[in-house]
Amino acid sequence: MEPKLFKYVWRYSKKEQINILIIVLLSFPFYYMSLELPKKIVNQGIQGEGFSGEGSTSPFLQLDAPFADPPVTWFGGFELEQASLLIALSLSFLGLVFVNGGFKFWINTSKGRLGERMLRRLRYELTDRVLRFPLPQLRRMKQAEVATMIKDEVEPLGGFIGDAFVTPVFLGGQAITAMAFIMVQSFWLGLVAATIVLVQAFLIPRLRRRILILGKERQLTARQLAGRIAELIDGAVEVHAHDTSNYERADITSRLARIFKIRYEIFQRKFFVKFLNNFLAQLTPFLFYAVGGLLAIRGDLDIGALVAVIAAYKDLPGPIKELIDWDQQRADVQIKYDQVIEQFQPAEILPASVQDVENDAGAPFEGEIVISGVSLVDDADTRVVDNVSFTAAVTDHVAIVGDSASGKEHMGQLLAGLARPTAGDIAIGGRGMESLPQAVTGRRLSYVGPDAYFFPQSVRANLLYGLKHRPNGADDQADAQRAADVAEARRAGNPTFDIDADWIDYAAAGVERREDINRRLIEVLRLVEMEERVYRFGLTGTIDPEEHPDVAEGVLKARAALADRLAAADASDLVLRFDPEAYNPNATLAENVLFGTPTKEAYAAAALAQNPLLLKVLADTGLTDAVLEMGVSIAKTMVEIFADLPPGHPFFEQFSFIEADDLPDFRMLVGRVEKSGTKDLVSEDRERLMALPFNYSEARHRLGLIDEAAAAKVVEARKRFAARLAEDDPGAVEAYRPEAYNAAASLQDNVLFGRLAHGRAQAEETVGAAVTDVLDELGLREKVVDVGLGYNVGIGGKRLSATQRQKLAIARALLKQPDILILNEAAAVMDNATQERLMKAVLDARRGKGLVWTLPRARAAERFDRIVVMSAGRIVEQGSYTELNRPETAFSELVAAG
Amino acid sequence: MSLDQEVDILRKIPLFADVDPPKLKLMAFASERLTFKPGEAVVRQGDPGDAAYVIIAGTAEVVVQTPSGPLTVASMQCNDIVGDIAILIDVPRTATVTATSELVTLKLTKELFYQLVTDFPEIAIQIMRVLATRLENTTAQLREALASRPN
Repeated sequence: MEPKLFKYVWRYSKKEQINILIIVLLSFPFYYMSLELPKKIVNQGIQGEGFSGEGSTSPFLQLDAPFADPPVTWFGGFELEQASLLIALSLSFLGLVFVNGGFKFWINTSKGRLGERMLRRLRYELTDRVLRFPLPQLRRMKQAEVATMIKDEVEPLGGFIGDAFVTPVFLGGQAITAMAFIMVQSFWLGLVAATIVLVQAFLIPRLRRRILILGKERQLTARQLAGRIAELIDGAVEVHAHDTSNYERADITSRLARIFKIRYEIFQRKFFVKFLNNFLAQLTPFLFYAVGGLLAIRGDLDIGALVAVIAAYKDLPGPIKELIDWDQQRADVQIKYDQVIEQFQPAEILPASVQDVENDAGAPFEGEIVISGVSLVDDADTRVVDNVSFTAAVTDHVAIVGDSASGKEHMGQLLAGLARPTAGDIAIGGRGMESLPQAVTGRRLSYVGPDAYFFPQSVRANLLYGLKHRPNGADDQADAQRAADVAEARRAGNPTFDIDADWIDYAAAGVERREDINRRLIEVLRLVEMEERVYRFGLTGTIDPEEHPDVAEGVLKARAALADRLAAADASDLVLRFDPEAYNPNATLAENVLFGTPTKEAYAAAALAQNPLLLKVLADTGLTDAVLEMGVSIAKTMVEIFADLPPGHPFFEQFSFIEADDLPDFRMLVGRVEKSGTKDLVSEDRERLMALPFNYSEARHRLGLIDEAAAAKVVEARKRFAARLAEDDPGAVEAYRPEAYNAAASLQDNVLFGRLAHGRAQAEETVGAAVTDVLDELGLREKVVDVGLGYNVGIGGKRLSATQRQKLAIARALLKQPDILILNEAAAVMDNATQERLMKAVLDARRGKGLVWTLPRARAAERFDRIVVMSAGRIVEQGSYTELNRPETAFSELVAAG
Repeated sequence: MSLDQEVDILRKIPLFADVDPPKLKLMAFASERLTFKPGEAVVRQGDPGDAAYVIIAGTAEVVVQTPSGPLTVASMQCNDIVGDIAILIDVPRTATVTATSELVTLKLTKELFYQLVTDFPEIAIQIMRVLATRLENTTAQLREALASRPN
């Protein structure tokens, strides 16, 4: 990258900078005029200079040729009387205010746009470089620091870039204009002003030098702080497991102390410079008043000129100060720029052509994989792969085995083109690996490592990730917005790919139409035994019935079918269905009143005791006291049975309605109620008691609080509540309606349309199986899986288990049907039986296509065509299973070792 | 049946007879009530044991698999406790218990049980007593059996 920020800016924004400069230059005459006018207004307009008496006139807008001798008048102007002239001059002043403001507006907007464009270009270039860093380089970098650099550290550059050329010209021009103006009025006053300006210009940058060095340190320390904080999060397990949180606190504290010291010194120095600057700026007016005043008294200077000089001087320190600031900023951003790009200049970077979007996957690999004399030296200068040579057919199934120091996992990476050999060559089908672009290695080959990464998106998006090489079809830029976006992207040197385009390479996945891709996804999921899991994700997922009317309709059918099926199996009592007319003892009181799924926080069970609408309904139904009494009962029971448990006991969290910390309060509350009843309770206490019963479920908690009469009342309250809600807050609760799909509830809950009977042995298993059967029979399984594919896997796939992640990673690699699939210990975390099944399935699926699998256990190599046995970076044996599975081979030793 | 009734039943079980009512109430409250239909198995012989069941209503039979086929060795009813050995020591279930009528039980999980014993040592003392009594009974039976054996 360009080492000098100025050159970088000039190279990419020449035209715009020049445009802005021209406008800046054009604005100067107007600026000068706005300085000149006040003098005219005072001298001619107010003091009447040039008017000989009553009724005499003076020219307005007279235009003389500049520097002409004898004077030449181009335009004689309009003859005006004194009052009219004053008004005319004042109006001209107002007009100039508009013109100057207009110039400023245009210039500032253009500068801002220019700065943002350059910033966009710079950020893109930096990210582009990150994408091209070789993997070993990336492993050495701290993510948080890189992110801070691209996001925060270049930010001030954007602000400066717009000012890089314009500001010195603009402010310098302004200062020179003001200076020239003062000089014209009075040479001596001008000289005074010029001297002070020179002192400023000489002194201030020198004082600021140290500030710049501190700024550099500040940037580094802040960046390292970001890196450390990311480490704290990444290493959270170690911090907790080793009780090192206080050590970390000490580390952070010392860093913060350093940042504080640096910043404090910056402040001290900065404000001293400011003080000095202000002082020098104010020294000049002092001299003007004193010297200018004396000159005026002696008659060497007219008062109008003195006023104008002082007015003009008002405009001088500003630009000068800003110029000095600009210079400071220039030095500052150059340092920032240096520090950032330094990090983005690794010794080696992949050429852009390797990732060019125009590259294509080329013809399928055929023939042989030839590895000749390949060595790999790692960061620690260890020869992890040492002069390895072997040949295999592209379509062979090759197992690489060896102990953990054998270098087998490096072989996997070398074959996938992810690591470059230090010596030797790898060629597939006669094509040398290092000359192949990623369009070939990333599509013809498929690599899965032991810890595959997942993006925090849906299962579907993660599976399809391996197919997103380039946007499909031509970008017709049909809509105006898109066309404008493309044009702007070009101006900032960004590529013009459309993120909203369809990027999926359907042909690579082996389907012709996009509608078929789901079937293919399900196929690979089934292959890696993940279909059932994704189906479960689907059951607990929600859908928008308007977007998927077919699913909603199917689920409603399943709801009816489930009821029939359970009835037929004499198991209807395992599910207590939601009946608008009946209290459901397996549901909580909150669920019974709301009779639906809340979509707003205010209607969640925890908030109901404060919900005015609900409280009104309870009062109308005459339930307020009953609910309060239930609260008292619950509080009494809890106080009684939890009394002897120490706070923090797991039972509180598991079983109690009351937090351990609140128990003493409730004990006192219960005592008060027992003494003097509920009448005298303050509203806050009432609220606390009334909040308890909403989580109460008769079937589960069995406190006998809801008898038939209470149940009937609750059902009545339910109806009132629904009516009131429809009027006052429609949509806050998605109601349970037997004939309608509930968009806020999961698919499973929609099928169930009720609660599992509490305390029925085998209820969950029996009903779960019935739900699955019903959905299968209605042909809804695929649809449910489809919903499950929308399950978000979480950051780094954390919402999946390690085994599930490995399975999905293999599914993702299988989906694109590579010529050679490279699995680098990709099933290592699975248990033996699962691994065995998966291996069989993958081997079957890859019949006739290449597969290279580095195996954690040698025994598993039996089914492979060829086995390569590695030890200490070298190949010690190779051959078929029958050839190697003999006594005294290295292979049989490995097998014996497990 | 409410919590208080369950507490009454628990008090009739020797193991819990001397435990304070509030503690029994906590135990009942923290346990799940589980209902079995006639014919449903409560525990199966050979399965790992993770919970004991206190019968609060209904009846069940205890069947042991022997080389000569299943053998019903006992029947159980209200106030009996099923699988208490399994929550004390890690042995597989020694018999299959099947509901013979609508059977209502209180499921005491191993975790819950140990938690209670840790928090309330008087329960442990009570258990020791019951176990000692059982041991005494078994020893007496053994002595009788040995005595009645012809030489």
